[in-house]
Amino acid sequence: MSNQVAFRDAPFQLRGSNFTMMVLKVSDPHAQNFFFALSDKVRQAPNFFRNAPVVLDLDDLPPGQSFDFENFCDLLRTLGLIAVGLQGGTREQQEAALAVGLAVFPQGRATPDAAPAPRPAAVADVPAPAVVAPAPAHDLPYQKATLLVRENVRSGRQLYAQGGDLVVIGSVSPGAELVADGNIHVYGALRGRALAGMAGDRTARIFCQSLEAEMVSIAGLYRVSEDLEKSVLRRQVQIYLDQGFLHIDPVTV
Amino acid sequence: MAKIIVMTSGKGGVGKTTSSAAFGTGLALRGFKTCIIDFDVGLRNLDLIMGCERRVVFDFINVINGEARLSQALIKDKRVENLFILPTSQTRDKDALTEAGVEKILNELKKEFDYIICDSPAGIERGALMALYFADHAIIVTNPEVSSVRDSDRILGVIQAKSRRAEKGEEPVQEHLLVTRYDPERVEKGEMLKVEDVLEILAIPLLGIIPESPAVLRASNVGMPVVLDDKSNAGQAYSDAVGRFLGEKIEHRFVKVEKKGFFDRLLRRTA
Repeated sequence: MSNQVAFRDAPFQLRGSNFTMMVLKVSDPHAQNFFFALSDKVRQAPNFFRNAPVVLDLDDLPPGQSFDFENFCDLLRTLGLIAVGLQGGTREQQEAALAVGLAVFPQGRATPDAAPAPRPAAVADVPAPAVVAPAPAHDLPYQKATLLVRENVRSGRQLYAQGGDLVVIGSVSPGAELVADGNIHVYGALRGRALAGMAGDRTARIFCQSLEAEMVSIAGLYRVSEDLEKSVLRRQVQIYLDQGFLHIDPVTV
Repeated sequence: MAKIIVMTSGKGGVGKTTSSAAFGTGLALRGFKTCIIDFDVGLRNLDLIMGCERRVVFDFINVINGEARLSQALIKDKRVENLFILPTSQTRDKDALTEAGVEKILNELKKEFDYIICDSPAGIERGALMALYFADHAIIVTNPEVSSVRDSDRILGVIQAKSRRAEKGEEPVQEHLLVTRYDPERVEKGEMLKVEDVLEILAIPLLGIIPESPAVLRASNVGMPVVLDDKSNAGQAYSDAVGRFLGEKIEHRFVKVEKKGFFDRLLRRTA
């Protein structure tokens, strides 16, 4: 107990947190048009890429080829990208990366569109999604994070937006389940289940046009339909966490 | 010793879930601690019939997968003491039912409950097989029409071949026939099979005859097991069936066309 008090009084707080970061897979850094092509990509979504942290991945680099981290990171900077670390790599690459102030990440998993979710301990009390809806391939990184569904979600269907938001333009039937690591937006009636902040993000929110849900949950805190107050039923609401409590408020602008 | 009862039929839409809800509630009303399990993974309805759909957080499949404890998934009925419901998942399919998983949960339930009712899905595939595999008793729900009788005959064959009792060479599963949606008027007109005809083909002891009744649909729509509607003849017939199951001698009722008096006719017209 005294340990905890001491920790609380400490001049800092150390907490784990999740971030979605882009990985830049480098296969040929010496290609003439490397930075030209990259700046072209950045120009497509300048706001998204502005000062965005990126993790380098050199697994596709031909073996034995040297890599000048310092120079490469400086060039990335000129494009507004901030290299923050190296993913995987050989021992030499890792040492070189550490020498220029990059962190070394263990070999992470990319976010393929149809991969089952890792089950974070923070949400162990919530049923885990088993089925993941195949999402169409997207070009831009931020599109990869958002799962956009343009139809009604029928009973028994389960959708999971891994590492991002889930947007449904339609209604969600009883017995359907929406799961997202980020926010959930339903531009119709929400009659099924909605679980936002599945990976533990307590700032995630649920928005819907008509709240008739079976269950809503944010970062593992849930409420079933029986416990929903009459005043918010069938209303346009947003659901969020504040001070560890689940709030359901009418959307007022 | 806890008994496991499977409510099955082969055919769909004959009243398995209605019967599971009514029969389970009837057992609980008589003081037996009863749990009704929905085995219809992916097409769950028991929670609606029992009126507890607004309280489902975890389900049978979550417990099988170790994502929740049994006590977290069991829903206690608010009307009847001793009655619990174990809802199923709407988003998974029948493959989620593993033999080891189902057995583990049934064994856990057996420690606490007197009766465990397994509400089987239609068909003779995995869901139905898992529902009947561990059964001590089987209640075969049959409508008085040929296709339902044929399917019931088929499921009886499955029980006799594929249940655990059959596989282990133990005492066979005790079979009971529950005829539902019985309409004496249509039987009299020859539009529906007589109970005797059904019994002749299936040749198992008759547990009860549930008359066709508007009370059944009414009860389903408000999420109340029909046995709680003790004014309805369907409710009374279910209550009788529970009594017979427990060994009481009770005459079958609602089998003959009721003679209607003038006022009854008048009331029926206007109803």
